[in-house]
Amino acid sequence: MAKKQTDSRLEKCPTGIRGFDEISDGGLPKGRPTLICGNAGCGKTILAMEFLLRGAIQFQEPGVFISFEEPPKDLALNFSSMGYDLNDLIARKLIAMDHIYIERSEIEETGEYDLEGLFIRLAYAIDSIKAKRIVLDTVESLFSGLTNVGILRAELRRLFAWFKDRGITAVITGESGEKTLTRYGLEEYVADCVILLDFRVREQISTRRLRIIKYRGSSHGADEYPFLIEKTGISILPVTSLGLEHTVSNERISSGIPRLDSMLAGKGFYRGSTILISGTAGTGKTSFANKFVESACRRGERCLYLAFEESADQIMRNMKSIGTDLAPWVKKGKLKFHASRPSLYGLEMHLVTIHNLIAAFKPQIIIVDPVSNLTAVGSSIEVKSVLTRLFDYLKASHVTTLLTDLVHFGNNLETTNEEISSLIDTWILLRNIEINGERNRGLFILKSRGMPHSNQIREVVLSDRGIDLVDVYLGSGGVLTGSARAAQEAKEKAEARDYQSEADRRMRQQEQKRKILEAKIAALHAEFDMESEEIRIMATEEKKKRNGLTAERDEMTRLRKADSKTDLPRDGRKRKMK
Amino acid sequence: MTGKKTKANEQEILKAIDKVKEEKYILRLYVTGVTPRSTKAILNVKKLCEEYLQGQYELQVIDIYQQPKLAQGEQIIAAPTLIKKLPLPLRRLIGDMSDTERFLVGMDLKPRK
Repeated sequence: MAKKQTDSRLEKCPTGIRGFDEISDGGLPKGRPTLICGNAGCGKTILAMEFLLRGAIQFQEPGVFISFEEPPKDLALNFSSMGYDLNDLIARKLIAMDHIYIERSEIEETGEYDLEGLFIRLAYAIDSIKAKRIVLDTVESLFSGLTNVGILRAELRRLFAWFKDRGITAVITGESGEKTLTRYGLEEYVADCVILLDFRVREQISTRRLRIIKYRGSSHGADEYPFLIEKTGISILPVTSLGLEHTVSNERISSGIPRLDSMLAGKGFYRGSTILISGTAGTGKTSFANKFVESACRRGERCLYLAFEESADQIMRNMKSIGTDLAPWVKKGKLKFHASRPSLYGLEMHLVTIHNLIAAFKPQIIIVDPVSNLTAVGSSIEVKSVLTRLFDYLKASHVTTLLTDLVHFGNNLETTNEEISSLIDTWILLRNIEINGERNRGLFILKSRGMPHSNQIREVVLSDRGIDLVDVYLGSGGVLTGSARAAQEAKEKAEARDYQSEADRRMRQQEQKRKILEAKIAALHAEFDMESEEIRIMATEEKKKRNGLTAERDEMTRLRKADSKTDLPRDGRKRKMK
Repeated sequence: MTGKKTKANEQEILKAIDKVKEEKYILRLYVTGVTPRSTKAILNVKKLCEEYLQGQYELQVIDIYQQPKLAQGEQIIAAPTLIKKLPLPLRRLIGDMSDTERFLVGMDLKPRK
């Protein structure tokens, strides 16, 4: 079969339903019919209704709601339960409505007929508000009212062709059949887009799911997407994980513990990153989380604390013991606790609740304490899928997420239940170090993407002053922590003291030596000076002596009238030589 | 005892039949323009009414193309549709009325099987 190649992409009709436009790559096929099928109570009518309402309000596309089942009064009630005033919308010509009522017992088929009456009514309703969208809920009711299936099939085929001709985006709902998607095989006529809704209960937890079975001429997500019916309508969990295109921040934020910051290249975490603190019970995960919260609140950021283990009051009371008082921040509206039992509702519901909280509170920091408790509500694949979407969403919105994860004793500490490590940017591992009959807490950074980080194990000391990270000692028996470390520290201090006093003593000795040396030098100097003086005196005497002799000799020479070697002047001038 | 009761019942039934004979049939035939099927239905209804309800009926033919709002008010889906408004119960006869048997059943002139 040759594929038809169209130049222009299939035009889409946005639904405005949270998450749906993402998985359907823009919405329903514009100007074509879409079939929504599913069993009773799976949310077909609500999905169709929301498509219409949002179309009318958000996209200025008026819509017609044709109800085959519920009378207008009930429908108005349904609409109002979603926060829409149907009568007002009708008055503003945004919505038109017709209730098609078929009472089997009244009808007698007396020959050939068609459904022109239905067409006229639809045309009338569409024209009255210039509708662009229409919902038929549930067109299959025709089959229960009319017996001539041949006519019905032909007429429905004509109806859908008629919608296409008029360029109306139609949504047709249909109840699931036993072997077919719909009881009367509507999927055979509505071939452009088929959406299957499903409502399942597994392990006492019910989940609604949506799957796009078929979407002619468009790419679409093929998975089953869980969805929820909330007060404001349908919410299909956003699937931002279809792409990894979020921008990242280079800003660094403190972990609230200076020493931990210095382990993370001195600056702390990246804003918008996902941080995991994992460890066995009682290793101080919550304390770390709370220090982080406190420092964020001090910076004036908004924190959302999702507590799945303890109540808000309990957390706040306990944190006072490490000198962290969170109550003022709660009062100031910087910190919001949301405590709930994980088993309270399904995983998807949790995710949606979180989404709603984020949308309402707009936090910069989110704490999930502990994320491992969510595994209690779903299988590990589900949890991973939910968490992936949650983290991606948070990352995309630059929310820094800190998760704590309880690792069970005996398990490999470095595997998390959810295998979420690939989603984590900074992973801090807390572990108990048992030595010398005591248990101490050790901390190290397993990974931290995009920053140099310390490879050292630090000991965590919790006190009323907060959390302190101290160096551990590596001895022959392993790392030394707690009292062993303290003993080692004391020993080293004593040694240091001893060494210091020895050095001082040596110093003093040396000083004395120097003084002695200086004295000796002084004495020698004095001796030398004395000797020098003597020599000078002697030299003077000698000179005097020599001068005297010369004079005598000259006199004798003069007396003897002896020759002079030189032509000496006789006029009594001074001699040249002395 | 039983004989008495049967007698009374018979009388009641006869009365009811007389009443039916006296009763007026209010009929509305909804058609879509002048399609062959519409024409056929109009002819069939007129013929059958003359045959079975002579002087006892009031028939109104309405083109729902002209009055679409009526189609909504009267809950018309199929065309042609003949509505028997009176006597009660209300009946909707759909089709071109070529099936006389079903027409009579629909008009409550013949018991349902």
